[in-house]
Amino acid sequence: MNGISVKNLKVWFGSGKDRIDAVKDATFDVPKGESFGLVGESGSGKSTILRAITELAPNWSGAIHVAGKTLDHTRDNEFYKTLQMVFQDPYASLHPRHSVDQVLSETLYLHGFDNIEKRIVTLLDDVGLGPSFRFRYPHQLSGGQRQRVAIARALAPEPSFLLLDEPTSALDVSVQAEILNLLTDLRAEHGLTYLMVSHDLAVVGHMCSRIAVMQLGEIVEVMTAEDMRAMRPSHPYTKHLLEASIGYSREAAADIVA
Amino acid sequence: MSQSEAQKQTLREWLLTDTPQSRHQARMVALYQGWLSFSTNTMAMFGLGILICLGLVALFAPLISPHDPFAQELGNRLQPLWSEGHVFGTDSLGRDILSRLIYGSRITLYIVALVALIAPVAGLLVGTVAGYSGGWLDVILMRITDIFLAFPRLVLALAFVAALGAGIENAVLAISLTAWPPYARIARAETLTIRNSDYISAVKLQGAGATRIVTKHIWPLCISSLIVRVTLDMAGIILAAAGLGFLGLGAQPPSPEWGAMISEGRRFILDHWWVATIPGLAIFTVSLAFNLLGDGLRDVLDPKDGGS
Repeated sequence: MNGISVKNLKVWFGSGKDRIDAVKDATFDVPKGESFGLVGESGSGKSTILRAITELAPNWSGAIHVAGKTLDHTRDNEFYKTLQMVFQDPYASLHPRHSVDQVLSETLYLHGFDNIEKRIVTLLDDVGLGPSFRFRYPHQLSGGQRQRVAIARALAPEPSFLLLDEPTSALDVSVQAEILNLLTDLRAEHGLTYLMVSHDLAVVGHMCSRIAVMQLGEIVEVMTAEDMRAMRPSHPYTKHLLEASIGYSREAAADIVA
Repeated sequence: MSQSEAQKQTLREWLLTDTPQSRHQARMVALYQGWLSFSTNTMAMFGLGILICLGLVALFAPLISPHDPFAQELGNRLQPLWSEGHVFGTDSLGRDILSRLIYGSRITLYIVALVALIAPVAGLLVGTVAGYSGGWLDVILMRITDIFLAFPRLVLALAFVAALGAGIENAVLAISLTAWPPYARIARAETLTIRNSDYISAVKLQGAGATRIVTKHIWPLCISSLIVRVTLDMAGIILAAAGLGFLGLGAQPPSPEWGAMISEGRRFILDHWWVATIPGLAIFTVSLAFNLLGDGLRDVLDPKDGGS
């Protein structure tokens, strides 16, 4: 097993009376090279799973394996070299006082790369930004350009796994498509494995081959993208979610009224 | 871009470009744009002008002062304003007040510079470490801060000076010791809002350690609000130093420190009002200048404005 494997993952916040269980017994496998989606409504624990894998949410139990290694509560540089994450909001994930050049060169420096100058140019080229963007600050960039910089930062250590936390939800529709296409191209180019979180079924259906549906911290169903596109849910919540994604229909409305 | 084209580009265009070509240029562009927005603030420019004048006066004190600030001339004591050879008159020992003011600016700048170097740095260190580490370290450091905050500044400074002995260095030390807690509070509050942001998470995922995160990622964001606070506090620092001088615990005679000059003039305030008033006006002007500058800096540096 050299992909990502999560078994009986529990994640909680707070302790004692204030304890909130954000993820309850989540189990799923992402084979190497696959693109796997996690969908569900807000607060269903999708992002929390990613944060547990990266140890940003340190209160978890269960078993997580990444690339054949069992994870404990420490993460070393080698782990961060195999697995990186792209955050949801590109307006919050870039340091407001660091230029693109500073962001990328610091990342490359921390991972002990040499030839940093050349690598920065290559990275910017990879994500479709020209060298003219190199010395700009985040406030001089649009949302889509910022997300490209964030993707470049995640790609800098040359990881084989990329966790995508709703990478397009903060962007407007036209830019969403650009970023999704970029992610698709990068996956093909670099042979990446994606674990993608989204509440947008269309995005997940486009990007992923298998999809786990989450509700209130539990994975209620794992289905293939074909099943999803063909509207063949086996769990009532999934059915609900799929119907909601189509938008308003007279029949559905009649069902609710009746 | 070819060499000739590069030369045709004016310095202004180079500084205002949207696409900087080097790290150096990017930094210069950010600085220049900050300067442009700062220079539209008339009051702040006025404050900056006063402070530049103060700096020049202190630098060239021996050249511009008409008399020796320590030369006593008892036959010529307590001369009024605009008297012969003494624009601001003379004090109780016949020393030229203008010359003493000019030399006093050196002491004022010395105090301000030292306090501005010690207090915010100590506060920044304590506040960011407490805010980022959390837990028991946070509790201990913040309770110490609270203890210092609970004392009135001048009273605590008085106690320190009384324990350490009177003198300008001890006054600086005492003022610094009483001035750092508010900076620690600000730095901690800023750190708490920054530490859970995505860009800190992102750099953690690159394997950055706590020291790097605090010094390279949190400090740059705290420093702007600290600079603003320092400039706004400068007035208070000058007044505290003058207050210590006035109480005889700061600069010692015959040093021309402005607070000590007021203290000396107090005895004649009814008959010879200018002896105490002129140094008072100097303190007022410099304090006002720092306040105006601080106000302008806040507009430029506040990261929440979405500026540079």
